[in-house]
Amino acid sequence: MGLFGRKKYGKKPRDLVSKTTLDNAFDRRTFVIGAGMGGIGTILAGRMGYIAIAENERWVLESESNRVNLSLIPPRRGWLLDRNGAPLASNRADFRVDVIPDRMSDSERTLGELGSILGLSDNNLADVGKKIDEARGFQPVEVATGLDYEQFAAISVRLPDLPGVVPQRGFSRFYPTGPSVGHLIGYVGPASAEDYEENPDPILITPGYKIGKDALEKEFEKELQGEPGARRVEVTASGRIVRDLETREDKQGAPVRLTIDGPLQDYAARRIGLESGSCVVMDVENGDILCMSSMPSFDPNSFSAGIGRVEYSMLRDDERVPLRNKVLKGLYPPGSTVKPMHCMAFLDAGVKPEEAIICGGGRRIGNRFFNCWSNHGRVDMAKAIYQSCDSYFYHFAQQVGFDQVAKWAHKMGLGEEFDLPVTSQFYGTVPDPAWKQKKYDQAWQPYDTVNASIGQGYYLVNPLQLAVMSARLATGYEVVPHLRMDDPRKQFEHFDFSSDEINYVRKAMSDVVNGPGTAGRARLPIDNIQMAGKTGTAQVVSLSVSNGKTGPWKYRDHGLFVFFAPFDKPKYAGAVVIEHGGGSGSAYPIARDVMTFLFDPEKGMEALRPLEEQWGGTAQQRLDQKYRAYAAAAGEVVEPVPQRTEQIFDQVDAEARLAQMRSEERAQTSTPSRNEGSRPPVSSDEVPSGGTE
Amino acid sequence: MSGIIPAPVARQPWMMLFPLFGLIGFGALVLTSAAAGNFDRYAESHLIRFAIFFVMAVVISRFNKPTVSLLTYPAYIAILLLLMAVEIVGQVGGGSQRWLEVGPIRIQPSELMKPAAVMALAHYYGGLPIGMVPTWRALIPAGMIILLPIAFVLLQPDLGTSLAIGFGGFVVMFLAGLPLRWFLVAGAAAVAMAPVAFFVGLQPYQQKRVLTFLDPENDPLGDGYQITQSKIAIGSGGLFGKGFNEGSQSHLNYLPEPHTDFVFATMAEEWGFAGGIFVIVCFGTILFWGLKVAKEANDRFSKLLAAGMTATIFFFIAINLLMVMGFAPVVGIPLPFISHGGSSMMTNMICIGVLMMIHRWNRKAPRTGLIVS
Repeated sequence: MGLFGRKKYGKKPRDLVSKTTLDNAFDRRTFVIGAGMGGIGTILAGRMGYIAIAENERWVLESESNRVNLSLIPPRRGWLLDRNGAPLASNRADFRVDVIPDRMSDSERTLGELGSILGLSDNNLADVGKKIDEARGFQPVEVATGLDYEQFAAISVRLPDLPGVVPQRGFSRFYPTGPSVGHLIGYVGPASAEDYEENPDPILITPGYKIGKDALEKEFEKELQGEPGARRVEVTASGRIVRDLETREDKQGAPVRLTIDGPLQDYAARRIGLESGSCVVMDVENGDILCMSSMPSFDPNSFSAGIGRVEYSMLRDDERVPLRNKVLKGLYPPGSTVKPMHCMAFLDAGVKPEEAIICGGGRRIGNRFFNCWSNHGRVDMAKAIYQSCDSYFYHFAQQVGFDQVAKWAHKMGLGEEFDLPVTSQFYGTVPDPAWKQKKYDQAWQPYDTVNASIGQGYYLVNPLQLAVMSARLATGYEVVPHLRMDDPRKQFEHFDFSSDEINYVRKAMSDVVNGPGTAGRARLPIDNIQMAGKTGTAQVVSLSVSNGKTGPWKYRDHGLFVFFAPFDKPKYAGAVVIEHGGGSGSAYPIARDVMTFLFDPEKGMEALRPLEEQWGGTAQQRLDQKYRAYAAAAGEVVEPVPQRTEQIFDQVDAEARLAQMRSEERAQTSTPSRNEGSRPPVSSDEVPSGGTE
Repeated sequence: MSGIIPAPVARQPWMMLFPLFGLIGFGALVLTSAAAGNFDRYAESHLIRFAIFFVMAVVISRFNKPTVSLLTYPAYIAILLLLMAVEIVGQVGGGSQRWLEVGPIRIQPSELMKPAAVMALAHYYGGLPIGMVPTWRALIPAGMIILLPIAFVLLQPDLGTSLAIGFGGFVVMFLAGLPLRWFLVAGAAAVAMAPVAFFVGLQPYQQKRVLTFLDPENDPLGDGYQITQSKIAIGSGGLFGKGFNEGSQSHLNYLPEPHTDFVFATMAEEWGFAGGIFVIVCFGTILFWGLKVAKEANDRFSKLLAAGMTATIFFFIAINLLMVMGFAPVVGIPLPFISHGGSSMMTNMICIGVLMMIHRWNRKAPRTGLIVS
């Protein structure tokens, strides 16, 4: 062609074209065209060789990843068992429906159809719709669990019209006793976006895979979670499964056996009834925690199924904070419940049990007169315990020094954190001069000793600590609480007390219940088993605001009771704390019934049945009723559920901090106590003081 | 050859027929696999159509030169009218369409126009006095012959077919001996106009295709999907393929249009590089034969006609293969003799028929430098 071109350009007159030149041109140009064709053919062959041979490996891989879809099978979660092997948390086979937002063409229409098939309320649909809006790409969103077979089948046959909908067989977590174990066990839920970012394991975003979100479910996550199974399937471009290639079974997580006595846990939770409070029972011989019930609670079943907005809103708005585990994170002034323990401290400091003082309705300490709640006359150690005389403790605490008392409080478990598999425990405060100096930069005053000597002032403990104190008092051993059945047990250390001294305090505490004491109605209705105990009443607000017994719930006194039984040969010990119960009278009947149930379940149930009839059903039934009423009243105007677990507790913490500030202000002033189990100046509801966790 | 094989057999253009039958048979095999092992779905009608159109091609090959010369312009004008009719019917019916329905037959005039335009152009240059070749009179009427159908096909809109017609016309004009500088100027102008054409002339979906072609990984699940899946199919085939009926890309619907536009990818997945080379060599042989026919032809009309027909077939092959291998944007052009589809088969068999006709003319009147038509 080049030749031809040059020729043409070379000749000035362009018209010199003949048949021959045209034929020649045709031949040359045909050759050019042919060469061009050949060139393109060669390029194509080369390109194909490059793709098919040089890059073969890459494309084979891509072709396989097109063809084969690896879907993980969520492992069945290990069971949580009680001490007798009964399940506190198990799995229930069920049918479930998820949607994959990215695969849905018209999510509103699809949801609407699902809603009508499954009979979901507008509320549920709004929840799901919100989750879909927030979901990322292919991360599945759970629409409903626990479907029956008919619903499952109805969805399965409509699948071609419902793109993005994934019906599945699976397992859901089941807590047979529901709210009774809510705080103890926690709940499970789908992994959050943060979880996935931290550990981008594809199992985390597999539909139906749940991880422990709180309490024991979270603590034992590694053991409980098991190993996922996997299914390799051949799929078409539209995602239809053509055939199974290979399936690996999942491996169920290991069961975890707790020291909890399931029925006792449930009984205690139900016996707390309409009150807001907690009950801990321990085996003093080995430290096993038999029950740690905290009420009101939430139903972990509904949390694990993805709690709805309305239900969450109900729980959050409740002033009785059903979202907080009161056993570990409720902090209360112990009130008079610490008096027997203080007596041990006095004994250790050389005070003789027979040493007595005269309670003239109070006692002068330094240059101020502090009231007792009554005029007890001559008071020795035993009477100081069973009559809960404040003056005795004002006097001897002052005499031995509060440092000495605080040392024993720590030895007995107060202000201590225990090595338990729980997500967090608030360990409260045992005040002493060094602590006050450090915290407030103020010197310890005589009135601080007075307040602290009767378990008020800066004193803050949680119910578990009270139960441990009770166990240590009862045995004289440094009982350490356990929550896991197969944990190794150590021999407990013995405190340096003679058996006479221990028996003396035991007898005095028995007299609280069985003698001339403050809790006569706490006597067990069982022959030859006698319970020993100590009442306590903790003031919440200053006497000028409320008398503590009536008036607004928030201002009523906390009722406390620590106990052990049988009193002469202790086997069980525990504590009951009722928030704003209006005094210890709200606490010890519960302790009595729980211990009755422990020794004689028949008699225990007899006591509970009429009460539940009066309250309107079991804890679970009442929670359900309350939810229905709340949902009806709230209608649509409820706030959404926070997506992250932490937010749930952040809010509680924030309130708690506010309450703490208020109580610290009050601690600066001093007021005398006024009734049984002195309730001086300070009060506070559950305040995390001195740190949390 | 002459001794054993009888003359009527020996004079058939076996150089083209063998690869053609090979491609058709191989095509039937590939189409069976594209229908998930189902022979009835595509392969059967593929073979039946080929049989019908092969008879048509043989009939075409019996035409004489004077008849063809006589019929060329009327046929071209008739098809041009049909193209207009399509446009009118489309306007009246609302929405674009590319075919006319006459009873059970569906005619796609733009397909017929590909060989017709080449024929008309070849006839024009065949009749043009030699001295006038480098003048404007060689260009303007010829330009009209080509641009009119292109304009109507673009209106449909069908970019692929108008490019095919344009390519056929270009090859005929090039071989007719028009001054080279015209092509250079036209080429430069085309390059200069390309951006304008891109932004003004192309539909948004076509613009997107071009962009995707330039960067297929940009949108692997959208527009780049087809090209990527095609490359996966070809690449995963390796040297000898996954075996007949074993292609996962086509069988699991990852490959778009596994029986028409992307039939080569379907084939390559199961037959590998070896199958690809077989197809390319077959096509190469047919095209080589076509150019040979053109070279041996003894008048300008026959020469240009044969070369134009060869170019038309080549255009189909080249664009389709470039597309499936990711070298050209996705335009709906099927692969001759292998893809399932009647229109494309008809166009290509008309081209083959015309080439056979010229082959017959060449044999009857062997080229001698002395005879001038």
